[in-house]
Amino acid sequence: MDSKAMQYVKKLGPLIGLIALFIIISVMNDSFLELSNLRNLLRQVSINAIIAFGMTFVILTGGIDLSVGSILALSSAIMAQLIITGTNPELAILLAAGAGLLLGGINGLVITYGRVAPFIATLATMTIYRGATLVFTDGNPISGLTQDPIFHAFGQGDIGGLPIPAITMFLAFIILWFVLSRTSLGRKTYAVGGSEKVSYIAGIKIDRVKVFVYALTGMLCGIAGAIITSRLNSAQPTAGTGYELDAIAAVVLGGTSLAGGRGHIVGTLIGALIIGTLNNGLNILDVSSFYQQVVKGIVILLAVLADRKKA
Amino acid sequence: MKIVMSGIAKAFGTNQVLRDVNITLKEGEVHALMGENGAGKSTLMNILTGIHKADAGTISIDGVERTFPNPREAELNGIAFIHQELNIWPNLTLLENLYLMRPKKNRFGLIDNKAMLQEATAFCEELGIELPLTAEAGSCSVGQQQMTEILRILMLDAKVVIMDEPSAALTERETATLFKMMNKMKARGVAIVYISHRMEEVFSECDTVTVMRDGHTIVTKPISEISMDEVVRHMVGRSIDEFYPERTTVPSDVVLDVQGLQPKGFKHDISFQLRKGEILGVAGLMGAGRTEIMRAIFGVDNHNGGSITVNGKPLKCKKPEDAIKAGIAFITENRKSEGLILDFSIGSNITLPNLGDICPSHVLQKNKLESFAETLSKKLGVKTQSIHEPASSLSGGNQQKVVIAKWVGKKPSIIIMDEPTRGIDIGAKRDIYDLMNELTDDGVSIIMVSSELPEVLGMSDRVMVIQEGRVAGILNRDEATPESIMTLATGGQ
Repeated sequence: MDSKAMQYVKKLGPLIGLIALFIIISVMNDSFLELSNLRNLLRQVSINAIIAFGMTFVILTGGIDLSVGSILALSSAIMAQLIITGTNPELAILLAAGAGLLLGGINGLVITYGRVAPFIATLATMTIYRGATLVFTDGNPISGLTQDPIFHAFGQGDIGGLPIPAITMFLAFIILWFVLSRTSLGRKTYAVGGSEKVSYIAGIKIDRVKVFVYALTGMLCGIAGAIITSRLNSAQPTAGTGYELDAIAAVVLGGTSLAGGRGHIVGTLIGALIIGTLNNGLNILDVSSFYQQVVKGIVILLAVLADRKKA
Repeated sequence: MKIVMSGIAKAFGTNQVLRDVNITLKEGEVHALMGENGAGKSTLMNILTGIHKADAGTISIDGVERTFPNPREAELNGIAFIHQELNIWPNLTLLENLYLMRPKKNRFGLIDNKAMLQEATAFCEELGIELPLTAEAGSCSVGQQQMTEILRILMLDAKVVIMDEPSAALTERETATLFKMMNKMKARGVAIVYISHRMEEVFSECDTVTVMRDGHTIVTKPISEISMDEVVRHMVGRSIDEFYPERTTVPSDVVLDVQGLQPKGFKHDISFQLRKGEILGVAGLMGAGRTEIMRAIFGVDNHNGGSITVNGKPLKCKKPEDAIKAGIAFITENRKSEGLILDFSIGSNITLPNLGDICPSHVLQKNKLESFAETLSKKLGVKTQSIHEPASSLSGGNQQKVVIAKWVGKKPSIIIMDEPTRGIDIGAKRDIYDLMNELTDDGVSIIMVSSELPEVLGMSDRVMVIQEGRVAGILNRDEATPESIMTLATGGQ
C-alpha cells in the first residue's frame, strides 16, 4: 500500500471503527437498527458531542478543559432559577449559553493572564463551579420549571423524525467545522497548538485565541446544560459529573492529538458516535453496566494504540 | 598523563568538521584551544571524551592507544569535560550533586551525609574555595555551580580537565577564583584544556595555545612565543572567495534608529542606525548578546529603557505583533522551533503571518491563499513537489526559504535575519544571498546576524561588532577585515 492510501486509512480509521461497531451490534441484536433506537442513540450522543466539539478546539491549542461538567451544571442551575423567577424560558436558554460563555471565558483568562497550566486552572474551576452550583441550589434539584412547549421541545422534541438535540448538535457541528477549517481563527487555533513560539513571533495574538477556545467550550456546555434542563424539566446540582472524560475520550478517539496542533472536529463527531453507540449497544445487548465501563476503556485504549502503530 | 591525538578526522553527514587534527596535552600544562565558532574545537574534545567517535586518527594516553565508548568511561579514566551547559541538578544540594553518582555509604548501606560533607569541606579548604555545600544548586550562582562541577571532577582524581568557555558566565571575582583553582590543579599535575575566546585570559593564564580553523590545527606554540595579532591572523586566515554576489544597492535614509536600548540582563546599552537598502552585518562571538539585542528590538524579550524609531515613528515594542505592524520581520536562528510549524504544510506556513492581509474578512479563501503561497514559494525557489507538502519534508535550506517567504509576504521594510544560512548547503546559501540583494534593491533593509566571518564580510555594507553585550564598534565596508572584526570581537586592542 502506498503512503497516500495509508493516509486515507488513517483518516478513515475512526469511521471504519464506527461502522464495524454498528455491524457487530446489529448482527448480535437486530433491534439496534430500529428507527426508534437510532433516534434514541442520537439524542444520547448529542450532549457529549456538543461538549466534545469545544473540547476539540481546546485540545488543538494544546490545552485541556476539565471544568465542562461543572459549567454545564452551573449554567443549568442558573437557567432553572431564572425560569422559576419568571424569565421567559426561551430567553433562559440563551442566557444559559451566555453563562457558559462567561464561565469558560474565566477559564481562558486564568490560563492566559494568570499563566496557570490549563490542567490545573480547569481542575480548580471544576471544583469552584461545582461548589457554586451546590451553594446556589442548596444541593437540591430545581424542578417543575415550566410548561412552555418550545422550551420542552428543545430537549425532547423532534422535527421530521430527528430529535431536536441532534439537530442542535449538527448545527453546532456545521458552524464549528466552518470556523475550524475556513476561518483564520481556526487556522490560528492549529497554529497555537502546533507551536506557540512560532505563532507568537508570527504576530498571532495567542492569548486571544486561547480565551476564545475556552469561552467557546463554556458556551457549548451552557447549551448542553439547557438541553438537559429542558429534557428533565429540572436542574440537577450533580448534572454533568464525569462528562469531561467522555468529551476527552471522544476527541482522542477522533484522532486529535493531546499534544495539540493535529486533528479535526469531524473525527470528534465520529468519536462521540462511537462512545454513544457503545453505551447504547451494550445496553441493548444487556451487558452489565460494570462490564460496560471495562469495554469502553478497552476500546479507547485499542483506538489509541492502533493510531500509534500507523503513525 | 600525556595525551597525543593525531590525524583525527570527523564528518557529520557531508560536513567535514575535522581533518587531520593533531594536538598534544601534557601534565601540569594549561593548553588554550582557540578558533572561530565552528572551527572544530568542541568536536575535537567530544571525540577525546567519547561523545563522538573519530572517523580516522588515533588517541594515545601515556603511549597506549585507546578510545572511550562514552563520557562516563572517560571520566572514570581521569578525563573530564566541563561543558558550557553545566551538568547540574538544580533541585539537589551542591553536596548531593557532588556525590550523586558515587554516594558514600555507612555500614548499614545507607547514604552517609556526614562523611560526604566532611570530605567535601576538606577538599574545598585544600583548594581555597568557599561553597555553600548544603544549599540547593538552583539557588546558587552559575559560578558556584561551576566550582561544584570542577570539584566533582577533581574528586574523581581527574588527570585531564577540559573547560569549554568556563569564564563566559562568571563575574570578575568568580573568574579570579576559577584561575586560582586552575593553578592548584596545575600544581597537582592536571592537564587543562582551556577553550576560550578571550585573548587576555588566554595570554595571562595559559602555557600553550593551539589555534584551529576549518577543522585543522593551524599552529601550536608556547604562549611566550606568539602575539595576539598572530593568533587572530591564524584564527581567520582565509580570503573571501568569489562566492558572494556583488552589492549594488546604495543605502539612503535612516529607517531604523535604536538609541540606548538595554535588553534584559545587559550591562551596557545599545545604539545603532540602519539605512534604507542597507545590509548591516552583526558580528561577534557566540554568547556576545547579538541574538538578545535582536529579540529585544522585535519584542520577543523585554528590554529596559532606550528608544526604537522606525521610519521616523517611535516604536513602543512590547510584543512581536507591534514590531510586525511597524514593518519589521524577524527570521530567528532556530528555524525548527521558532520559524516553522513543522506539521503545517509549506503553504500554511507561508500564509501564517499573512492571513489577515490575504483574507481581510477572516474567512479563508483557498484560492487566494494558495496563489499567495505559490507565488512566494516560486519567487524564493523552494524546491518541493507541491506547497501542500508538510514543512518537515524539506531540507534545511528549503525550510529556511519558507521562513523567509512567509516574512517577505508581509512586505516588511526591515528584515532581521539571525544566522540566515546556518546549517544549509552551499547552493541554498547562494540563493539566499541573491535574494538579500534583490530585497535591498527593492528598498528593504536587512540586519544580518552571522557567526560566519566570510558571510559578514561578503554581504554587509557595514559591520557592527558586539562584544560582551556592548557595541564594540561599527566598521564600514572598507574598514571591515577579518582581523579588525576579530580584534573588536575578542576585546583586543
